[in-house]
Amino acid sequence: MLQDAFRGGKRYWILLGFWVALIVVGLAAYGRQLSEGLYITGMSQDVTWGLYISQFTFLVGVAASAVMVVLPYYLHDYKAFGKMVILGEFLAVAAVLMCGLFIVVDMGQPARVANIILHPSPNSVMFWDMLVLTGYLLLNLVIGAVTFEAERKGAPPHNWVRPLIYLSIPWAVSIHTVTAFLYSGLEARPFWMTAILAPRFLASAFSSGPSLLILMAIIIRRFTRFDAGWEAIQKLATIVVYAMVINLFFVLVELFTGLYSDMPHHLHAFEYLFVGLEGRAALVPWMWVNAALTVCAVVLLLIPGIRRQERFLAPLCVVVILAIWIEKGLAMVVTGFIPAPLGQITEYAPTAPEIAITVGVYALGFFVLTVLYKIVVNVRERLEAT
Amino acid sequence: MSEDRRTFLKEVGFAALGLGCGFPLVRAAFAEAQHGTNQDAEPSSQWAMVVDLEKCLNGEVRAACVEACHREHNVPEIPEADDEIAWIWDEEYKHVFPDQVHEHTPAELQEMPVLVLCNHCTNPPCVRVCPTQATWKRESDGLVMMDQHRCIGCRYCMAACPYGSRSFNWRDPRAYVRTDESGQPLSDFPTRTKGVVEKCNFCAERLRDGRQPACVEAANAVPGGEGALTFGSLAEPDSDVVRILGEKHTISRRVNLGTGPNVYYVV
Amino acid sequence: MSDRAKALSGLAVFLVLVAFPTWQTLGAAGDAARPELELPENETECIEETEYMSARHMELLNEWRNAVVREGETEYTSTAGETYTMSLTGTCMDCHDNRETFCTRCHDYANVAPRCWNCHIEPEGS
Repeated sequence: MLQDAFRGGKRYWILLGFWVALIVVGLAAYGRQLSEGLYITGMSQDVTWGLYISQFTFLVGVAASAVMVVLPYYLHDYKAFGKMVILGEFLAVAAVLMCGLFIVVDMGQPARVANIILHPSPNSVMFWDMLVLTGYLLLNLVIGAVTFEAERKGAPPHNWVRPLIYLSIPWAVSIHTVTAFLYSGLEARPFWMTAILAPRFLASAFSSGPSLLILMAIIIRRFTRFDAGWEAIQKLATIVVYAMVINLFFVLVELFTGLYSDMPHHLHAFEYLFVGLEGRAALVPWMWVNAALTVCAVVLLLIPGIRRQERFLAPLCVVVILAIWIEKGLAMVVTGFIPAPLGQITEYAPTAPEIAITVGVYALGFFVLTVLYKIVVNVRERLEAT
Repeated sequence: MSEDRRTFLKEVGFAALGLGCGFPLVRAAFAEAQHGTNQDAEPSSQWAMVVDLEKCLNGEVRAACVEACHREHNVPEIPEADDEIAWIWDEEYKHVFPDQVHEHTPAELQEMPVLVLCNHCTNPPCVRVCPTQATWKRESDGLVMMDQHRCIGCRYCMAACPYGSRSFNWRDPRAYVRTDESGQPLSDFPTRTKGVVEKCNFCAERLRDGRQPACVEAANAVPGGEGALTFGSLAEPDSDVVRILGEKHTISRRVNLGTGPNVYYVV
Repeated sequence: MSDRAKALSGLAVFLVLVAFPTWQTLGAAGDAARPELELPENETECIEETEYMSARHMELLNEWRNAVVREGETEYTSTAGETYTMSLTGTCMDCHDNRETFCTRCHDYANVAPRCWNCHIEPEGS
């Protein structure tokens, strides 16, 4: 199975080369950050987390969304996901890998990362997040590899993976819940300190993750002879749109609480996001684009006639991913720091090295994803041929 | 092989081992929670500070406090505001006590300068969130301590602190530490390295020798600044801080959050 | 060469490269002459046996560090029953007052670069 990673055409190697080039750029920037310190990023004493932790949050959602194919397939025996499920599991593996890397590149002293394990601190949500993410990575790697290997041989998978599969379902929910708890347990940051954060994270995850999966499945069926199945793609599209509707509902619930109560602490963050605070408005255009994209995606995807056409579905999935990325990968973390506890409004914008490192981490994740998907495609193509 | 590399490899080995046996790890973690960290145990004693807002109106007093502290602890002077590090500094009254001002509060009171520093909270959120116990509440005297050797620089404590009392070393601070003519830093207190978080330590190194914190001493030395800052133990009924807290109208910062700050302000 | 062999040899190359820090120094020892260390003139004994100190001083310092920073302890009782203040810059450097001819010389020989002095301030005159 592993050797299939080396069996590919010219396009495959060019794609891998492209990822490697981006990784090298990211590494160069990271080398600079290591030697000079994190001051080369756009972060400051007031906004202490930026692009890295935002990407981490966004990608935990992508990882958790694998449950949206695993659950129907294994728990409800929904056969149409038979070929999709491995794509979901391997996407989760790549996403968790990127999550881990984003945490490490954000650290001031990455050489001491093992301190989290050497001095376990159950009072810290970050400790639990590390545990659930590592566990989730292992679960998906093992489940994906074992079930796929069994399928390659045309035999049913070993019985011992079944409990692992069932375990992975609540586990997927847990990774995003615990990640939300990282934020929602902080009395210092009223914007994050809301019980709706974890449900909102899950809803947005279950729209952005499956959207990415649909895109991957469409790309793969376009360029290879492996087709995950149109029915599976359509079912995912339904999941995407309802998750998106629920997410929108949660956002509106949150907005109501802030606007109607009119409490300054609740209001400030939303003011900053949508109209700007004391003339500072870096995120305002992004947020209105986000609002437009969200409404557009929800309305159009709800219309079955549009959702069922690939030429509309693919771009709409891109729209969903962009909307959620702006929400979680850009605005959610930074806004928690605005205004700062002492009232200052310090804005944040990532710097070039910071963006290069971020792109490098994404490239590494997509490199792994490309290799994993290549193995899947090669094996599937052989199976279909026989 | 360098020392760092060796310990790093050793730590990675431990990490792999830890991951390999996740369950015992969780159990160990629980055991640590029960015996090791003592998050819930009330400190047997608690240092506290009382700041007299009126006496601190004197700019010389405040400047002397800041100067003494930053000199004593080799706090770097970084010109860029984004990277600036401070243990004790001035803030406007309306920002320090946002719940104490309203639209008719006179402007001069709203903008009155107030000395702020780490509150060494009774229930510190920074300690609660730290994933390595690099910051912890010392049981013997209630200080919120920092272990600069252990901090991984994740800055979770900075997100958790409702007082903005913590600073991160975005760059190597050594280049910005003031030195004498021979290039020697002004104090023998260790500087920090880049990539770790730091904050006021209530002068733990002085308390060990039975001395008062540097800022308190400095304030007392300025004419008219005597008693601007008072420091003592809350566990001793006849200490100066206990006496002032019992006699005068004092407030502390954002009490509604439940952190239990131990720096009090005489209004 | 089969694909499986290719994959495995690729993996092997990767592991060898990753282990670079470990094997990089292998074989390098033995070439250089042992360093001449300048010992304190007025003292003949360190706080523990010389052999123990030269092999284990880093572990001792690590213990001291945790005891002082985390437990608030200040005194160390040696095997011989003597008590010392746990302090790198105070106690150690009080006798070993020349970092260059003592610490650094041996650390260079052993190819280690401890980061003590990134933060700790060397006592003046050493």
